[in-house]
Amino acid sequence: MKYIEEFNDPGLARRLLDEIRATVTRPWALMEVCGGQTHSIIRHGIDQLLPEEVELIHGPGCPVCVTPLDVIDKALEIASRPEVIFCSFGDMLRVPGTDRDLFRVKGGGGDVRVVYSPLDALDLARRNPGRQVVFFAIGFETTAPANAMAVHQAHRLGIANFSLLVSHVRVPPAIEAIMAAPECRVQGFLAAGHVCSVMGTAEYPDLAGKHRVPIVVTGFEPLDILEGIRRAVHQLERGEHRVENAYRRAVREQGNPAALRMLEEVFEVTDRNWRGIGRIPASGWRLSDAYRAYDAEHRFDVTGIRTEEPAVCRAGEVLQGLIKPTECEAFGTACTPRTPLGATMVSSEGACAAYYLYRRMNTPAAQGSRIPQNPQHSQDSPEEMNPVG
Amino acid sequence: MADLATPGTAAVDPANWTCPAPLRDQPVVVMGHGGGGALSAELIEQVFAPAYGNPTLATLTDSAVLDLGGARLAFSTDSYVVRPLFFPGGSLGDLAVNGTVNDLAMSGARPAYLSTAFVLEEGVELDVVGRVARAIGAAAEAAGVIVATGDTKVVESGHGDGVYVTTAGVGLVPDGVDIRPQRARPGDAVIVSGPIGLHGVAIMSVREGLEFGVEIASDTAPLADLVAAMLAVTRDIHVLRDPTRGGLGASLNEIARASGTGVRLRDRSIPVPDEVANACGFLGLDPLYVANEGRLVAFVPPEHAEAVLAAMRAHPQGTGAALIGECVAEHPGMVVVATGLGGTRVVDLPLGEQLPRIC
Amino acid sequence: MCLAVPGKVVSIDRSADPLTGLIDFGGVRKQACLEYLPDVRVGEYVIVHVGFALQRLDEESARASLELFEQLGLLEEEFGDAWEQAARQENGSEAR
Repeated sequence: MKYIEEFNDPGLARRLLDEIRATVTRPWALMEVCGGQTHSIIRHGIDQLLPEEVELIHGPGCPVCVTPLDVIDKALEIASRPEVIFCSFGDMLRVPGTDRDLFRVKGGGGDVRVVYSPLDALDLARRNPGRQVVFFAIGFETTAPANAMAVHQAHRLGIANFSLLVSHVRVPPAIEAIMAAPECRVQGFLAAGHVCSVMGTAEYPDLAGKHRVPIVVTGFEPLDILEGIRRAVHQLERGEHRVENAYRRAVREQGNPAALRMLEEVFEVTDRNWRGIGRIPASGWRLSDAYRAYDAEHRFDVTGIRTEEPAVCRAGEVLQGLIKPTECEAFGTACTPRTPLGATMVSSEGACAAYYLYRRMNTPAAQGSRIPQNPQHSQDSPEEMNPVG
Repeated sequence: MADLATPGTAAVDPANWTCPAPLRDQPVVVMGHGGGGALSAELIEQVFAPAYGNPTLATLTDSAVLDLGGARLAFSTDSYVVRPLFFPGGSLGDLAVNGTVNDLAMSGARPAYLSTAFVLEEGVELDVVGRVARAIGAAAEAAGVIVATGDTKVVESGHGDGVYVTTAGVGLVPDGVDIRPQRARPGDAVIVSGPIGLHGVAIMSVREGLEFGVEIASDTAPLADLVAAMLAVTRDIHVLRDPTRGGLGASLNEIARASGTGVRLRDRSIPVPDEVANACGFLGLDPLYVANEGRLVAFVPPEHAEAVLAAMRAHPQGTGAALIGECVAEHPGMVVVATGLGGTRVVDLPLGEQLPRIC
Repeated sequence: MCLAVPGKVVSIDRSADPLTGLIDFGGVRKQACLEYLPDVRVGEYVIVHVGFALQRLDEESARASLELFEQLGLLEEEFGDAWEQAARQENGSEAR
């Protein structure tokens, strides 16, 4: 596909890696914020190719993983109702609530459907006037304009049997929260490119200045990620802390004005809980007053559901890079990809899930260090090799 | 959960970052139990195997190989519940024949006879049933098997999904042939018979409303003749598998686990058609987990690899055959891919069916 | 948040509500909502996420990035800091 293959070129990747190696003189910890970037890093093995000095901390940027437990419990409650067609993006179906997931609601007779776009859900509402169609509106700033358009259209066209269960989150307050933590190790950020395609870059200079961290707007193909790392390291080595745009082909400084106008109309900023992290002020969106009638939490009266999240796992510390997944007592025992406790194990790109896989290879990653460059030379111990889960 | 807000700032207190309690499995069947991944394996291991309790039950192979009256008989059964019933490149009828024929062929058998059992939903047009039946007849003829017996049941409207078909098949395994996942050995060449992911993407294109500039057709095809051509080179083929549900990724994991070996692939050697790669990129799927219905993966001793590969490429069902990696002693039970950039990644057994992702 | 892919606008249906176009993703085609890029033209590349075109893909910037990567190392060897100058030029309008 054009503008993907070119940014996967191994020869150019080597040039970028050489350049990073030539630039770096001491250890730096960078956080890639977006789950899509983490996916690409794991998919291409990019972290294994970086010089020792550059550590990547996988940030809380997977919208599926950070959706809080009480919202998932609300989703499960609504999806169980006989009059409801509950629509969701596919990867949300497997995320566990308190005692089940959407798959199990579906198995128990709930009408749960995977849709590709929120407009597909709106279409279902139009074609099923006798049913209530609820769309699970999760996601960061990238996804919010799509969900906003769906509810805007519903309102305009008078499709009253459509509503949204909203759990939108925003990146800048999360960066603020991570940087404000006293033990924070993150020294530079790769900001989420597609979030900035919508929002532009105006929210970031204050963060970079206040916390004296470079923030590099970064894309998703291997060359994009290496370029983001290269620029961040370059700034760090020179003691700089600017916002740079390393994803110019998809990000304009002003973002997408039409999308921003729609967000302004449909949503308003609110506090949000992040699974495994806690409450972050002003870190999300909810429907504005004009659209409150389309809020599924009110329509189905589930606002009262409050789920306590017992402190079992330490995903929050992992997300900050304060501990390695293997230092958590639940890791690999109570918490596996099959029975995830926290955000970092829920997603296959989560730090804990990635460590879990590599631990089974019994590589140095098992002891909490880096993923090996040559797993074929590693020594295996049979007890580590048993396929678990 | 503590509200950590203080005016003007937001701070995360790691000591109070919390996570939910473990998910306890609900005792109901979910779609993933039929997805060919870890949930399917658990269902077999925890429900069926203990209930049937006999050493002959083939839990790891596509077909059972049985001694019967001096002959070695391969025996297999499979149910077909695909939606839509007709899709680009084939239909439920093609899958019902080719799927079972291929399960037999993966033991090295020459498939001979099939049975078909229909479960029909009240109200389905007879024309639809006729089209499925004709597809079965044509596919059986193409595969060189005879449909020897059958059965039909009807369920009430709303209790089925139009047409379900179950087929069973038998075939003879030639002398000296012993093909099963446990026989994978370090050093074996791992060969795939052609481009992967076409069947799954053809089905998805109908379900997801994707259009293709060039039509994407399912790869459904009988593989017994290709296997015979491979066995003509050497009878010492170690493992054959048709990577259907769960794709190549699931099949290789099953082989690695059954044999206690590791599998090492080279990303750039795996034949993924552009349309498959692009459709997967777009939906957030991994082509390694997408279903195939006319492909096989073979573990072949290194000394025969070149000749077997040549024989495959000379056969109409194997023109796109490629050497994609090797079996290794390291990381037993795991499949590892060398990425195009020079890194590695682990390809795990998928949990259930693959889901489109947004991040 | 972020599975968004570049595709080329093949056709635009001005009568559709919301504004819709057919996008080609390397041979795979799918409809996408164009309301957020109302002045997009056939032949342009857009970034699509969950059925919405969110931003134009600037082909000139894409080429510039690739050329920059090509020159990495080479320029360093010859002119020392020249790459950095190039980067600075490219980032001319950048904040801070």
